[in-house]
Amino acid sequence: MRGRPALFTRYESDSAMLPTTTQRVWLLVGLLVVAGAAVWLPRDWLILIATAFIASVGVIGLNLVTGYAGQVSLGHAFFLGVGAYAGAAFGGEATDKLVGFGLDVVLWIPLAGLVAAVIGAAIAPIAVRLRGLYLAFLTLGLVFLGEHVFREWDSVTGGPGIGRKPGVLRLAGWRFDLDGEIAGYAVTREQQIYWLALIVLIIMAFAAKNIVRSRIGRAFAAVRDRDIAAEVMGIDLTRYKVLAFAVSSFYAGVAGSLLFTVTGFVNTNSFNLLLSFAYIAMVVIGGAASITGSIMGATFLTLLPRLIDGAGGVLPFLKVSSQGLLSTSQLERIVFGALIIGFLIFEPRGLNGIWMRIRNYWKAWPFSY
Amino acid sequence: MAVVSAPLLAFDDVRLSFAGVIAVDGISFEVKEGELFAIIGPNGAGKTSIFNCLNGVYRPQEGSIVLDGTSLLAMKPDKIAGLGVARMFQNIELFSNLTTLDNILLGRNLHMRAGILSAAMYAGKAKREETVHRRRAEEIIDFLEIAQYRKSLVGMLPYGIQKRVELGRALAMDPRLLLLDEPVAGMNLEETEDMARFILDIQEELKITMILVEHDMGLVMDIADRVMVIDFGRKIAEGTPHEIQTNPDVIRAYLGEEFVGLEIEHSEASEGGRL
Repeated sequence: MRGRPALFTRYESDSAMLPTTTQRVWLLVGLLVVAGAAVWLPRDWLILIATAFIASVGVIGLNLVTGYAGQVSLGHAFFLGVGAYAGAAFGGEATDKLVGFGLDVVLWIPLAGLVAAVIGAAIAPIAVRLRGLYLAFLTLGLVFLGEHVFREWDSVTGGPGIGRKPGVLRLAGWRFDLDGEIAGYAVTREQQIYWLALIVLIIMAFAAKNIVRSRIGRAFAAVRDRDIAAEVMGIDLTRYKVLAFAVSSFYAGVAGSLLFTVTGFVNTNSFNLLLSFAYIAMVVIGGAASITGSIMGATFLTLLPRLIDGAGGVLPFLKVSSQGLLSTSQLERIVFGALIIGFLIFEPRGLNGIWMRIRNYWKAWPFSY
Repeated sequence: MAVVSAPLLAFDDVRLSFAGVIAVDGISFEVKEGELFAIIGPNGAGKTSIFNCLNGVYRPQEGSIVLDGTSLLAMKPDKIAGLGVARMFQNIELFSNLTTLDNILLGRNLHMRAGILSAAMYAGKAKREETVHRRRAEEIIDFLEIAQYRKSLVGMLPYGIQKRVELGRALAMDPRLLLLDEPVAGMNLEETEDMARFILDIQEELKITMILVEHDMGLVMDIADRVMVIDFGRKIAEGTPHEIQTNPDVIRAYLGEEFVGLEIEHSEASEGGRL
């Protein structure tokens, strides 16, 4: 359809994820730039951005259940933890104290997701009886339950204060977590983790995008908007809520399994309520019911501490050594809180909402709408 | 008048009460295949409660509801929907964050089968289904003349159009029995006439059996094949629109004792007057 990119003559092209050539080209260019950036980015930034990619996967999962299906979950940290330990168990090395199967990375990432999904699906039938605040409280209970189990189950988690290594990034003998050489070019550990995380994010983001534009995503939205009407139209509420929790937990499991491969260490007290709140904040700031927004929110909040650190030298009231009003970590917490409040009041559709507004402005330019 | 045959729905001696408040008190009626059956009655008479029993949203304590040989009692709403019972709600119950098209496609959801894996890859069944059901959704969009609102969020649409989208969503289910709960409430004359035309087209072209609950007597008397009148959860009368207009019990319920016996002009009732 050259020349008339907005004219669709087939239903397939009208409901395509990227309907116009321009969009496809820009996405490809964008992805190539992001992938290519690994060549010149310093190591610490590579690690930071890789963490943002992995967090994005987790936020997409939370957005599926909370943003799309409308079931507020504060238990995301629990499922991240399940994924982290399932990944560590399937992909880690066995020692005299720890369980480990030493599987390849292509096996243990999906397995970690599956374990989390199964647990999510098992818990969901209890959760579907509740909604709103009550559901939030129930899922909050999961986090405390999880923290206890993670502390006590030494053979999988290593126990408090000891912890364990996450799954080994190994594929057919190749190690992503060691510096190596591809076709004569030296690649660092950080570059490889960055690319791996990017690939996982691309796969998971496209899958999520597909889910939300298919019948299942529509049913999620129906359950969120009007549950009684949805039921009267033949949508089995229990089934779709369980499905939403299972899919969301799968994403959390995948994210959890990778989240600690960058630091190389899983601590039993990492999966606390604060982590759940951080993920809720990423959904709110990124934009509820938006896959792109999930990625924006996760990236923004992951990079925020680093940006504030960078501001340390510029802002006069920041404590550099022992003088000044605030330390950077204090400022970080203040900014974090202010952002949540600010977005809820001024832009409930999040960063994605801002982006849409900019896009629509330029689409209509020079007219105002 | 449409050709009527065997009963599609048998609603027999149904009783529904909420902690002492009796909403439906032993009402029985039958709806024949292809018929446009209207239920009228003052506010709080139990009309919407009857619909909620039919949909499975409420569970009556006594009685039986049988749709073409299958008992609807103790069935969950989504299963009843699967048997072909669709509903247009009294207060708009659209999925307001979705587009018109997505709302209507949601009506097709119970005819779609793609699983989560197929959906995640958007390949195979999930992709084929989207096109097949999109075609049907577009037919309904054409039928209801809402093509220009296809990609608009329904929350932003005018009231009359929202009502039409809701009708479309119910039609998309390809129902055998369509429940219309006050389809023209709050509409102006023009919108009411449009809706009446759509309802008659549904009966004649799509051959869907309908139960209509409505306060607009002009509309009911004009288009219904048969009318049932209820008050305080009890059935007062049932018959053709003309029989109902002259029934003394109906006049008593609506207008009071002093009007019984007075001849009400037929034209007056059918000119859109609200009894």
